[in-house]
Amino acid sequence: MENYDIVIIGGGPAGLAAAVSARENGISRIVILERDKELGGILNQCIHNGFGLHTFKEELTGPEYAGRFIDQVKTLGIEYRLNTMVMEISHEKVVTAMNREDGLFKIQAEAVILAMGCRERPRGALNIPGYRPAGIFSAGTAQRLVNMEGYLPGREVVILGSGDIGLIMARRMTLEGAKVKVVAELMPYSGGLKRNIVQCLDDYGIPLKLSHTVVDIKGKERLEGVTLAEVDGRGKPIPGTEEFYSCDTLLLSVGLIPENELSSGMGVELNPVTSGPRVNESLETNLEGVFACGNVLHVHDLVDFVSEEAKAAGKNAADYVQESGTGGRDSVIRITTGEGVRYTVPETVCAACMDDRLTVRFRVADVYKNCYVSVYFDKDRMIHRKKAVAAPGEMEEIVLTKEQLLKYPGLETIHVKIEEA
Amino acid sequence: MEEKNLICINCPLGCMLTVKMEKDRILGVSGNTCKRGEAYAQKELTNPTRIVTSTVKVSGGRDRMVSVKTKSDIPKGKVLECVRALKGIAAKAPVHIGDVIVCDVAGTGVEIVATRDVEVL
Repeated sequence: MENYDIVIIGGGPAGLAAAVSARENGISRIVILERDKELGGILNQCIHNGFGLHTFKEELTGPEYAGRFIDQVKTLGIEYRLNTMVMEISHEKVVTAMNREDGLFKIQAEAVILAMGCRERPRGALNIPGYRPAGIFSAGTAQRLVNMEGYLPGREVVILGSGDIGLIMARRMTLEGAKVKVVAELMPYSGGLKRNIVQCLDDYGIPLKLSHTVVDIKGKERLEGVTLAEVDGRGKPIPGTEEFYSCDTLLLSVGLIPENELSSGMGVELNPVTSGPRVNESLETNLEGVFACGNVLHVHDLVDFVSEEAKAAGKNAADYVQESGTGGRDSVIRITTGEGVRYTVPETVCAACMDDRLTVRFRVADVYKNCYVSVYFDKDRMIHRKKAVAAPGEMEEIVLTKEQLLKYPGLETIHVKIEEA
Repeated sequence: MEEKNLICINCPLGCMLTVKMEKDRILGVSGNTCKRGEAYAQKELTNPTRIVTSTVKVSGGRDRMVSVKTKSDIPKGKVLECVRALKGIAAKAPVHIGDVIVCDVAGTGVEIVATRDVEVL
């Protein structure tokens, strides 16, 4: 059996940044296992611009952003295996994988970084009535077909869900000559970034119908049309509001789900809200030496934050390997969520183990205007930051400092909540 | 005088801006919460520009398509023309990030450059 210090599962933005960071922190034996034929992950099909404003201070397209990290991986001589599918990871960190050259093989890892990303919620998870004709795609599948394979999935398009990929595809399909008739969103607000709504829909006069969903699908062999209806406050269609749209293509942009089958299989505990691993301040899961970062941990809006998180995971994994174990984790502080906060990553902090600064990311449950992000150390309010607006579609963060925490010996919980003005 | 409405994209607040205009001159912006809204309205209504991204075919490469972009932003009104001009263009592998695919797209004076590498098959 082969041995590596760090095995990284996935060669997308998270895996690449984690690998670079682990190498820069002194680890020589690293391998990235990637199931696709190239590194870069989903960025390869995200040909639009807007990536890297935080990381590189310039606006790059997805492939360019990935290219920067791939170049670093190659320059640093980090090993990677393509077309390689990881089948299983054992509790003892033995990674079983396979590819055409090596067949089935096993690697004993000192540390594992989970960076598998996420996948799209499929039609089957939506309970849309009607037939199952050709012409219904997840937005990401359509994106791959158009941008990488060079096929246009259809000519007349309706999009369900206003996630960013759906909005980006509304523009992309329009530019390729398709007619995008409408984008329907179940919620009363969009899940996408504002700039995407303006630059992908408004620029092309594509209507966005909030509080609307697809209630019927027409067509047996190929999609012929869909019926939209308005929904009430509980998401139930309102009778009498149905409207038929003829179309040959329906794109679904209805959410992303972290891909954690491997994690669960090895005994990593998941948070039901994020569907990602529960992690501590080191982005380490409940299994010692197993770290997680990127969309497998929680779904991000911006790749820049994925890179930042992965950099931390790579460094922490390197520290773990070099210090042979995390050890000495007493006095663990729990981060709990209150009013308006759906989850936080990480969920626990050990003041002694953390770096000087720790970014805690979270999402709010609803759209809040003129609210405060408040952080309590047990009973004391430590942060009370005013926000003009907070929305579920845009990830929020707070920063905890080591100095702050060391001043509170015996602190048990850090409570994060939204307080309305 | 006419009034135009637009949504500011500088932050998630998404202010609904109302802009009073006379011909091509902006008389006043309202509805914005901060200065950036005014600057955005100014740019959007007098000289809106966009970076355009698309794909073109590749011959003799490992991939069928190569992603491309305009090297700098072009007038918003030229976006569709720019994409149409890319129809029928085929690059020849190998292609590398930054390679110029079209010199002057749709009379904008702006280059179309590759945004990914495509190696020879």
